[in-house]
Amino acid sequence: MTQESQATQDPVIHILWMNGGLGCDGDSVALTAATQPSIEEIVLGALPGLPKVAVHWPLIDFECGPEQGADNFIEWWHKADRGELEPFVLVVEGSIPNEAIKSEGYWCGFGNNPATGQPMTTSEWLDRLAPKATAILAVGTCATYGGIHAMAGNPTGAMGVPDYLGWDWKSKAGLPIVCVPGCPIQPDNLSETILYLLYQVTGQAPMIPLDDALRPRWLFEATVHQGCDRAGYYEEGTFAGEYDSPTCLVKLGCWGPVVKCNVPKRGWINGVGGCPNVGGICIACTMPGFPDKFMPFMDEPPGSRVSATASGMYGSVIRSLRGITARTVDKEPKWRVKGTELRTGYQKTW
Amino acid sequence: MTATEKAPSKAAGKDSQLTEMTWDPITRIVGSLGIYTKIDFKAKRVAECHSTSSIFRGYSIFMKGKDPRDAHFITSRICGICGDNHATCSVYNQNMAYGVRPPHLGEWIINLGESAEYMFDHNIFQENLVGVDYCERMVAETNPGVLERANATEAPHAADHGYRTIGDIMRSLNPLEGEFYREALQVSRSTREMFCLMEGRHVHPSTLYPGGVGTVATVQLFTDYLTRLMRYVEFMKRVVPMHDDLFDFMYEALPGYEEVGRRRVLLGCWGSLNNPEYCDFTYQNMADWGRKMFVTPGVVVDGKLVTTSLVDINLGIRILLGHSYYEDWEDKEMFVTHDPLGNPVDRRHPWNQHTIPRPAKRDFDDKYSWTMSPRWFDGKDYLPLDTGGGPIARLWATALAGLVDFGYVKSTGHSVQINLPRTMSRPETTFEWKIPVDKAGQPLSNAIERNRARTYFQAYAAACALYFTEQALAEVRAGHTKTWESFKVPDEAFSCGFTEAVRGVLSHHMVIRGGKIANYHPYPPTPWNGSVRDTYGTPGPYEDAVQNTPIFEENAPDNFKGIDIMRAVRSFDPCLPCGVHMYLGGGRVLKTAHSPTGITLAV
Repeated sequence: MTQESQATQDPVIHILWMNGGLGCDGDSVALTAATQPSIEEIVLGALPGLPKVAVHWPLIDFECGPEQGADNFIEWWHKADRGELEPFVLVVEGSIPNEAIKSEGYWCGFGNNPATGQPMTTSEWLDRLAPKATAILAVGTCATYGGIHAMAGNPTGAMGVPDYLGWDWKSKAGLPIVCVPGCPIQPDNLSETILYLLYQVTGQAPMIPLDDALRPRWLFEATVHQGCDRAGYYEEGTFAGEYDSPTCLVKLGCWGPVVKCNVPKRGWINGVGGCPNVGGICIACTMPGFPDKFMPFMDEPPGSRVSATASGMYGSVIRSLRGITARTVDKEPKWRVKGTELRTGYQKTW
Repeated sequence: MTATEKAPSKAAGKDSQLTEMTWDPITRIVGSLGIYTKIDFKAKRVAECHSTSSIFRGYSIFMKGKDPRDAHFITSRICGICGDNHATCSVYNQNMAYGVRPPHLGEWIINLGESAEYMFDHNIFQENLVGVDYCERMVAETNPGVLERANATEAPHAADHGYRTIGDIMRSLNPLEGEFYREALQVSRSTREMFCLMEGRHVHPSTLYPGGVGTVATVQLFTDYLTRLMRYVEFMKRVVPMHDDLFDFMYEALPGYEEVGRRRVLLGCWGSLNNPEYCDFTYQNMADWGRKMFVTPGVVVDGKLVTTSLVDINLGIRILLGHSYYEDWEDKEMFVTHDPLGNPVDRRHPWNQHTIPRPAKRDFDDKYSWTMSPRWFDGKDYLPLDTGGGPIARLWATALAGLVDFGYVKSTGHSVQINLPRTMSRPETTFEWKIPVDKAGQPLSNAIERNRARTYFQAYAAACALYFTEQALAEVRAGHTKTWESFKVPDEAFSCGFTEAVRGVLSHHMVIRGGKIANYHPYPPTPWNGSVRDTYGTPGPYEDAVQNTPIFEENAPDNFKGIDIMRAVRSFDPCLPCGVHMYLGGGRVLKTAHSPTGITLAV
């Protein structure tokens, strides 16, 4: 299906969405909730300057023919591999399991390898497509930093895309891996980042500003606490002792003071919902140290206790106290690395 | 033989007539599913089908040793479209383990969140994912004659939904350009707002806890929910008759379409939406409070209700490995030998399961999937129950049991009546879902009826939500705003939780030792539906349903899309990282030229 009428400029940017990592498709699903902009606005070119895009996205793609017949969806990936798609942005959803810790089989596959007839692993697709991609966008905390499936004791050796490709990796166009964390992503955070990248790759926007953990700065520079409408209770020293209290949840397990995320401010969808602002403790799902450095989730965070007790005091003292915790939790656990050894603590049975 | 009758035999020498067809990954579902088939194009039938799941994450492994209170936060991440169903099931499971009973208001809030999830999820799947299989563009590419006929067929309920012909309905479902397609996408957002009002975030909730919810219950909360709900009720008054027209037309236009995706009626429903007046989360009373659920639990075999007891359901669950990449646990320790009522618990029950992965090459004669084979043992056979994507099993069990009757919904023993109040521009309306039968009067579980039930269940969920809103508001107006109850985690316990994920049966089983998780095994619907051939050679439901599917598509093998097979598979609302392949004889790989400027994402 061509969309000539909506085209505002050439060339077509292909977006290859690979949900074949260890994930739950929650980021794909969340993106359908985005309204600023919505996916239909991006695809139909409803915003000024948007290039023509061709999105190849398993969740909602019209194409679903067999390998041997018409409209085979996976063929787009093989085209990209053969160098026949230019330019394309590779979107990765789900963490990357370590396929090197076993002698055969696969932890996850996405389509088949025509040479072997066996599933093409997600890491093999990354090896093949990364050098050819104009940009790589890692969506959700699994793809960015490993996430839930990379927790202690996991059998697959899962890690994030930057762990796999290298934190210094740059695309052929000079872009670092762009990470939009969140479990799942806040819908508009992702659609807005896609929008930014489409402007950038068509020369309409400068290099996307990213922080040390490769997150878009304007979305992740403030903490949950800074954007939480319950922070006033914190200031008053009113802390909830029960989960149904409308006051500050810090003593019940909320990690808001050290977590970089805009959800309490932006809400979850059209300004509705969120986490501590609506009664849910922040379990730090956007953070590189998620989940291990925050478990058990329902216990009081040690770092916040210091801050909470001293909540009458403000300024540099508190900020530097928090800084220590924040630097720790902004780093992944050490086992999320490549290599033939499984370091998660799980005793291999194969 | 517990499955449907055998697929047409693949006698030696006839293989040359079979064509391999492979779909991997299947689009417009959640997760990665591969379907591998062999098709007899002369006989226009699928001869053989294997379904495969190409992902392993290991939840039951990495949850060991963790704090039991983390269970719902972790298990929500199993699924990206119904994660909240997992969180809910896990919270139910934990409530049983900790012996805590949430305040009624907390339960009504969970019910409102879960109802919104049904309203959202069935809507987006039906209209934006499966609906595309019935849109004008798809029908034009697979059965041009059918489209011609659709354009000439007046829609019987045109006055209710506004589309003059069936062709107009099909056009409205066209991805992106279709007006109804875009409207449904917007409805999927407003229903998710309803969800977020109650559970904080979609799809991994922030406000659910064992003991209740952290949601702050105010008049405003329920007003915000109710206004959106009434718009949805108005929407459904158009959608139910529109889908009835579309699905009825498919039977008329393609005689024999009843057989697409048909399998023996083997349906499971674990019940959902607890009634806080009765549900005390004890195992001892589970059969009783289970029967008070707003969707009745039940197992339906050949159209007959076998049980409505959650205790029977629990004890009958068996996990077989069959052709999956795992090692058996026959020699491992048993965690639970008897349930709290003294009934023996089988070694193959989830309480006693050990998950031992053994990655291997995919070999359809040996091991070929990461999906195990859950079965339900009725004392004689290991039944490969399916959920039909959820709604058909829920409506069927509820209809036969005759236990639900709260005004907005009434079960009659043979049907379910859904009574919707007046909305802005439409009068009071009653819809009645009747147990489907074929022309010979036999109970019918097939692709079209799974889809039809989905639409009716959207209305059912809305009707439930109306009742829950009334109950919740009554609590708030009476000054009862407590939504959470405290609890202690015991050192030793075992427990279970049951609910209906959007796509069907969901169970969580936990064993606590030393205050930590010693064993945790969740069983969502897709392992049931997408299971592989089990130890006894019985195929899983997708495999079984596809193997019996006749081919109506007019395309030759070279430009074959496999739409009938895709309709059969998608009717189950597949939702797991898994895959399905089709086998079109000769193993010939076709290279079809695609325009590089094509926008394949029609959304």
